[in-house]
Formats: sequence, C-alpha cells, structure tokens
Amino acid sequence: MSLTLEQVQRIAHLARIAVSPEEIHGVMERLNRVLVLIDQLQAVDTTGIEPMAHALDAETGVVQRRRADAVTEPDRRAVFQACAPAAEAGLYLVPKVIE
Amino acid sequence: MAWEIVVGIETHAQLATKSKIFSGASTAFGAPPNTQASAVDIALPGVLPVLNGRVVELAIRFGLAIGATIAPRSVFARKNYFYPDLPKGYQISQYELPVVQGGSLDIVLPEGAKTIRITRAHLEEDAGKSLHEDFHGMSGIDLNRAGTPLLEIVTEPDLRGAKEAVAYARALHALVRWIEICDGNMQEGSFRCDANVSVRKAGDDRLGTRCEIKNLNSFRFMEKAIEFEARRQIGVLEDGGSIVQETRLYDPDRDETRSMRSKEDAQDYRYFPDPDLLPLVISEAEIERVRAGMPELPAAKSERFIAEFGATSYEASLLTATKATSDFFEECLARLLEINPARLGMTGTGLADAKRMYGSALGKGILNLLAAQLNRDGIEIEQSRVLPKDFAHIHARLIDQTLSAKAAQELFRVVWDMPPAATVDIDFIIQEKNLGQISDLGAIERIVDEVLAGNAKQVEDYRAGKDKAFNSLVGQVMKQSKGKANPAQVNEVLRRKLKG
Repeated sequence: MSLTLEQVQRIAHLARIAVSPEEIHGVMERLNRVLVLIDQLQAVDTTGIEPMAHALDAETGVVQRRRADAVTEPDRRAVFQACAPAAEAGLYLVPKVIE
Repeated sequence: MAWEIVVGIETHAQLATKSKIFSGASTAFGAPPNTQASAVDIALPGVLPVLNGRVVELAIRFGLAIGATIAPRSVFARKNYFYPDLPKGYQISQYELPVVQGGSLDIVLPEGAKTIRITRAHLEEDAGKSLHEDFHGMSGIDLNRAGTPLLEIVTEPDLRGAKEAVAYARALHALVRWIEICDGNMQEGSFRCDANVSVRKAGDDRLGTRCEIKNLNSFRFMEKAIEFEARRQIGVLEDGGSIVQETRLYDPDRDETRSMRSKEDAQDYRYFPDPDLLPLVISEAEIERVRAGMPELPAAKSERFIAEFGATSYEASLLTATKATSDFFEECLARLLEINPARLGMTGTGLADAKRMYGSALGKGILNLLAAQLNRDGIEIEQSRVLPKDFAHIHARLIDQTLSAKAAQELFRVVWDMPPAATVDIDFIIQEKNLGQISDLGAIERIVDEVLAGNAKQVEDYRAGKDKAFNSLVGQVMKQSKGKANPAQVNEVLRRKLKG
C-alpha cells in the first residue's frame, strides 16, 4: 500500500505539522518507504496468533502494575509555571481557542 | 406520519478516588487553578503514568452491578487530538478492549419496566478546563481536572424519546451513587451525559443519521434538548432534507441545539495502544473479592420489599430510587419495630410478620406524606427535616390509634417546622398539642348517645334500611368530638347501639 498526496496532507494536518508544498512530495516518498516495510510484515502469515497490545503482553506474564489511591504529589505550580511561556492568576495562558 | 425517536446515552461518571487515574495528584474539587496538576498531569517530558488500583476496583463494581463481563484483559489506548486543555496531545482511554463489556440496566416507566442494554464502559482520564474570558485575548488553562478518572458508560440505541432517556440517566445516576463509585454531583461535572439522537419512521428497522448533543448537565435540560433535537430532525426530514451527522451543543437559555462541529472536520482520533501502559489484567479471584464487598443492589432490594412487605412493584421502585430513600425507609422500619412493641401489638408476632404488617403502610407514608413535603420544599430526602426515628414514632402512634390519619399529618407538619436542632419528643407533642384521638370507650359512648338522642330522624331512616343515614350519624359524632374520636370505635359503638 502507499499514501496519496491528499492522505499525507491530511495526516500532516491531524498531527499539526506544517509541511510546505516544496517538502510534501519528499515527505510522501519517505512515508511510503516505511510502508514498504509494513508490507513485508503484512506478508507474514499470522493465522492463529493472538494480537499483542504491548511488547510485554500476555505470555511474558508482565501486567500493568497498580498504585494505591493516595495523594502523593504536592503543589508545585510555581516551579512548573516558571518555565511556561505565559501564566496569570495561576492559569497557563495560550493563544485563544474557541470551538 | 408517525416518527420514532431513537436515543443512546454516553455518560462520563467521575470515579470517587482521592488521587488521579495516572498520578498521585489530588482530585478534590475547587482547588486554586493548577495546584493539583502534577508533572504527569501537565505532561512534562520523561514522565510515565502509573495506574490507580482503586479505579479498577470501582470499574469492576460497576460491571458487576449491571451484569456485565469484566474483561480479563483490557487495553489502554491513546486518543489523539489537539486542544490546549489536553497537554499530552492525546487522552489515555480504552478503545478496542474496554474493561466492562455488555450488561444492562432496567428502568421503570409508568407503562412498565424496560431493559436498556449497555454496550461498554471504559476507563479514561479527564481533560483540563479552558477559560476563554478576559486574558488579553488569550485563553487561560486550568489543569487541575486533567487526569481525573472517568468511567465512560455507553448504551445501545435502546431508548425511545426524551422521557425514557431521562429515566435511564436517573437510574444510572442512582446506581453509581448506590454502589459508591461516583458522587453524582452534576453541578461539579461529576456526572455528565451526551445524547445520540436520531429519528426514523415508525416501523423502520434501520437507524436514522444521528446527532450527538453535548452539554446536558441536568435531567431537565436533557429532556428539553432531546425534544428540541427530535423536532428539528423531523422538521428537516419532512421538508425533504437530510440529517447531517454532527455534534450539537444544547443552549439552555435559548432552549435549542446548534451545530458545534460537523462530519467534515470530524476528528480522526488515530487510536493505538498506549506503549506507556501494559494491558490491564483482572483475575477471577479479584472480581470475586469485589463482588463480596458489593451492597445489596436496587433491583434485589426492590424484589425483597415486594416479597417482605407486599409493596407493589411501583412502590418498591420508588423506595429504591436512591440509596438515601431506601436507607430512610429501612431505618424507619427498624425504629418502628423498636418503639414500644407491646403497644404496637407485636408481642408474640414474629419479626417477619411485623415487617409485613407495617412495612407496606410505612412505605406508603414515606412515598405520600414525606415525598410531597420534600417536593414542596424542593429538597432531597437526605435533608428531610423529619428524621427517620421521628417519622417512625409518628407512624407508631398512627398504628396504635393514638393518632388519626389527619392528626398524624398535622403532627408531621409540626415536627417538620421545628428548628433543625430541636429535641423532638413525639409523645410530648401529641399531649401538648392535644392531637391524640379519643379512644376511651366510655367517652365515645356518651357522645354517641347524645347524637342518637338528637337525631331521631336519621336513626329511623337507618332502621328502615337507609345505609346513608349511618354515615351521617358517624359524621355527627366526629363533629361533636372535634374530629378526635377514633373512627373505628365510633363505627362499632354506633352499630351496636343502633341494633339495640
């Protein structure tokens, strides 16, 4: 399988990556080279093999650990906001977004 | 043309935990902005999520309560989209393998019970909050809510119309509070519903194109929003148009829904398993441990009330509508059985018999007298100004005939209007306000004699076979006693004397 130019533009938009018209053909080519590898993987017969959700899934016996429900994190707002581009009244400020 | 309105509901129930789903920051409501947003919640580089075990337990509780399959293995997935209140650029959710699969919830409608199928319930994290006003053209972001644990509960499109949708939402709201997985506080956003609404011609099997309505933060708004949206869709279709699948926002001020985003820019969330989290494995033994700690569920309690007290299924459903209501009822009943059992005529009667005798009447008392007063004051049963012990005491004096039904109601209102911290002594109030009815046989006989002497015509009529004359005589006796004579005794004495 390979991607069309429109698909590449759509993916770029979804990922909020600005790809210029000059770059877009190169990006498409590189992505399609990756897909050639995927095609090789797809060629393997996986009949009867349970899909894994994680490299350490199932047979490895490693499962998701759980922590106790306790508040362990103190307020570190001042430290965190020191490296924010803009903050006011305890809020992080971002360019205006309204849906 | 008859139209059928088809609704499915998605509910985000905030799970009642102290800390967040993937971090040790507090979930307490109302803290100053960003003081409960840890490095994990604000997505600083290099952090990793660690699952809160309590969240899993609460999800299992819910699954058991609706008779669902608890997935032995479920998977956390990333739902990718960009919004400033979602600092990672993705929300950790569950997609292909949710923790709770299937199950159902019964709702009670005036025309009978109906089973609503639940598709799934999955764990996910909440986003933060955007404040769009007044920051020199910028938006303010508060990430205290980011990472708060949610259980998203999704139904099949089994609901027909706004009333059923609201009945389901209320039943679900009662259930999550009943099993104590969610505080149900809708003002604080702990219980949020979206409705998927479509319409189709009656008898049609295929579903129409649906619109998702957001911002339904009260049951009343939910009903109005679904009604508006169904009317809108029917209007479009009857004018020969077609419905565009989209997300719409309900505006309570204008009582209308309006388009929020349409299918064209419908998000492609590009879900994939989150590599930071391993599959969640739940053993049979863990499920059994959670099951052992479950309270008696509303459906089971309702059946028990029917069996033990002969309540009707409608009464039972009302008495188990919320945990607080059934707690009030059960505490009243326990108190009622404690109060002076000899006077209640309970000596020698088994507890089961006593429960049967008093349970039904007590239930009716709560549903009528108390519910009406709560309704008038617009408060919940938890805030009742008459406590279960006093309600039981009033009821006990009704049963032992110290009070007439009318006097019991009057006493109830007296107690209701007392200052909140006042000590309530029911028997003292009955004396002080002279509310007790006359059950002294001699006194009643004297009144009856007087009435018979003064109403020769009615006595004659009665003896001539006119039954109506009897009621008139009862009325006279009651009037003479200022409504205080025990009606059963008045009946008995009158019949005896008229015979003689």
